[in-house]
Amino acid sequence: MQYSEIMVRYGELSTKGKNRRSFIDRLAHNVRKSLHQFPNLVVKAHRDRMHLQLHGENSEAVMTSLKKVFGIQNFSPSIRVERDIEAVKERALEMIKDQFSDGMTFKINTRRSDHDFEFDTNEMNDILGGYILKNLPGISVKMKAPDLKLRVEVRKNGIFLSSQTINGAGGLPVGTAGKAMMMLSGGIDSPVAAYLAMKRGVEIEMVHFFSPPYTSEQALNKAKELTAKLTPYVGHIKFIEVPFTEIQETVKHDVPSGYLMTVQRRFMLRIAALLAKRRDGLAIFNGESLGQVASQTLESMLAINDVTTMPILRPVVSMDKNEIIKIAQEIDTFDLSIKPFEDCCTIFAPPSPKTKPRLDKARDYEARLDIDGLIERAVTGIKISEIKNGETFLNQQENKFAELL
Amino acid sequence: MIYLDNSATTKVAPAVLETYTKVSQKIWGNPSSLHALGESAYSLLEQARKQIADLLGVKSGEIFFTSGGTEGDNWVLKGTAIEKMEYGKHLITSSIEHPAVLNAMAQLEKLGFEVTYLPVDKHGHVSADDLKKAIRPDTILVSIMAVNNEIGAIQPLDKIADVLRDYPKIHFHVDAVQGIGKGIQSLIMNDRVDFVTFSGHKFHAPRGIGFMFKRHGRKIAPLMSGGGQEKNLRSGTENLPAIAAMSKALRLLLESESTKVQNQLKIKQFIYDHITQFPKVTVFSEMNNKFAPHILCFTINGVRGETIVHAFEDHDIYISTTSACSSKKHEISGTLNSMAIPAKIATSAVRVSLDENNTLVEAEEFTKVFDKLYSRFEKINS
Repeated sequence: MQYSEIMVRYGELSTKGKNRRSFIDRLAHNVRKSLHQFPNLVVKAHRDRMHLQLHGENSEAVMTSLKKVFGIQNFSPSIRVERDIEAVKERALEMIKDQFSDGMTFKINTRRSDHDFEFDTNEMNDILGGYILKNLPGISVKMKAPDLKLRVEVRKNGIFLSSQTINGAGGLPVGTAGKAMMMLSGGIDSPVAAYLAMKRGVEIEMVHFFSPPYTSEQALNKAKELTAKLTPYVGHIKFIEVPFTEIQETVKHDVPSGYLMTVQRRFMLRIAALLAKRRDGLAIFNGESLGQVASQTLESMLAINDVTTMPILRPVVSMDKNEIIKIAQEIDTFDLSIKPFEDCCTIFAPPSPKTKPRLDKARDYEARLDIDGLIERAVTGIKISEIKNGETFLNQQENKFAELL
Repeated sequence: MIYLDNSATTKVAPAVLETYTKVSQKIWGNPSSLHALGESAYSLLEQARKQIADLLGVKSGEIFFTSGGTEGDNWVLKGTAIEKMEYGKHLITSSIEHPAVLNAMAQLEKLGFEVTYLPVDKHGHVSADDLKKAIRPDTILVSIMAVNNEIGAIQPLDKIADVLRDYPKIHFHVDAVQGIGKGIQSLIMNDRVDFVTFSGHKFHAPRGIGFMFKRHGRKIAPLMSGGGQEKNLRSGTENLPAIAAMSKALRLLLESESTKVQNQLKIKQFIYDHITQFPKVTVFSEMNNKFAPHILCFTINGVRGETIVHAFEDHDIYISTTSACSSKKHEISGTLNSMAIPAKIATSAVRVSLDENNTLVEAEEFTKVFDKLYSRFEKINS
């Protein structure tokens, strides 16, 4: 069915008191960005609801994109009918028929914002209910928990019919919780952590460490592709590549193998914290899950975390691998994450990293290195790009192949 | 030249050959290689797979590339036998299957498996009731072809699927080599079928390439063990030029499929109407929806099939005795034999098989030559 309007109900926004207006404005902004490929669509954000006027845009496609916008509790597509009771009767019957199967119950729920219309709510309920009962054998009326509920809204500019409520993505509008740096490796966990951060309203910027020639161009493209997978929730995401070769080579050369990983991570975290400060970020997110690997024990976290006082948030810290994989599959990052390219975490992985590194030792080993110089050179070499919804990086040959197939 | 032997093989389409050549020359990396050449080949491989899956309305992960119909049939039968032998050693098929099925079954029988061969009626159709009676607790596989390659009989896959819905553990295989592109896709890709095998060269792709649909979740042992290609189920470096070419050929085949099917039906009807006027002609492929649009099997009673084939060849028209695979062995048609057609008639059988490129003009030429040959053979035939 092609709908003419979609009514959006806000999620937790209703509890936001004085900040409510800024939340709503932000959500409207995000909705517009996510739906930018529908030029005729008009977004009107009101205090309680948001209305999307489709003006002929494909309602199915719009709803598919809308389902990914955080901050939406649910939404109902509706059809606008002229303020003519005969027309309303026909469309109401059509809509119910569309979802009806034998033995179902229904109810009509009319609301009027325009009290000048010739029928009041009870009359409307009677007229439409009676018409449907007469023309659809096998249907019956039920007031409490009916199978089908047809909402009728009488407004100045027409009468709006809707019969479905579709769940939105929940969460908070991205951007309302501020900005943070996301440490994105290319594995299964960090994209899930990024998704969960966005779900709570955080605007994230991806920080990806790459070490050519030890990591390939494909590993970098994979991280970008993963980022692209997350753009439908926000429209676009900044991607920061940090050249990490010099640091990794130096650490490998100067630090005992048991502390390679710990010291490397301390460098990564220092860089992420520096970038956050320079770019107005308020926190750092990563995909660490407690106990999953050597760098993710509490001892390791303590030894690594030591380099900054900035909050480090770990959305998947208490999840089992299977729980993380389930979300990765839902957001369609899993198949990409398991592509076997070496990344900065897997190269130079020592044969037996310390699962319980000591903070004092990590500090000692590190003291031999030119920490500030190494970090300054890495940060000077960063490249920032903006990844947009629909961009692809790994299969750029698709167009070339189209003529072959 | 008029080529009416498309069930034996088809001519590779120029656009398909172009893909084959381009891929051979430009994307010749091994899809398993890590470098950019390999990555490019891998990407093309997966796009070809996705295109085929999309055309059949299934998932990419359910398509496996093979070397053709014979491998596909052998794989499903033997792979199922190996995978499921602990659960049972009984298999069911029909008596009119392609030799790739029948001979693979015979091999399994020697290894201790039991096979039930379902009979067919006089029109060449198996019955779902017979199938139901043949199913035993230890049955592990039912293999029924979509379209018989000798007379074109479409098997009642919908009714067979209905029967097998009560036996969800039995593997249901359909050999669809003759059925693809003939307007019966929903019958073949029904919601109960587990394995479907296809052959590229029957739809204008090169030889040596085919594919198998395997329903997600069904288990089958590999016949080719090795480097782990095709999810470790069919090892061997992927034949990428042929795979890409086949993917294109399938797309072209299924473009405006119903128009193409209607054309073939018109031609079949035209020849059918003509030859059935003659008293010594027996036709096995009927004009109804239980028969494929592209196969017409008939006899001129009293004249050996081989003689008829060569007589047409003298007029530059290419037809065959009932199937290419058995035509050189001077055996009588397995299908006609199963239909209880007397050997004397069955040895006269020939097959006309069409594709979307045949025309009514060619059919007219065929009937003209047919008239000449018919009267000529009357001398030995009265």
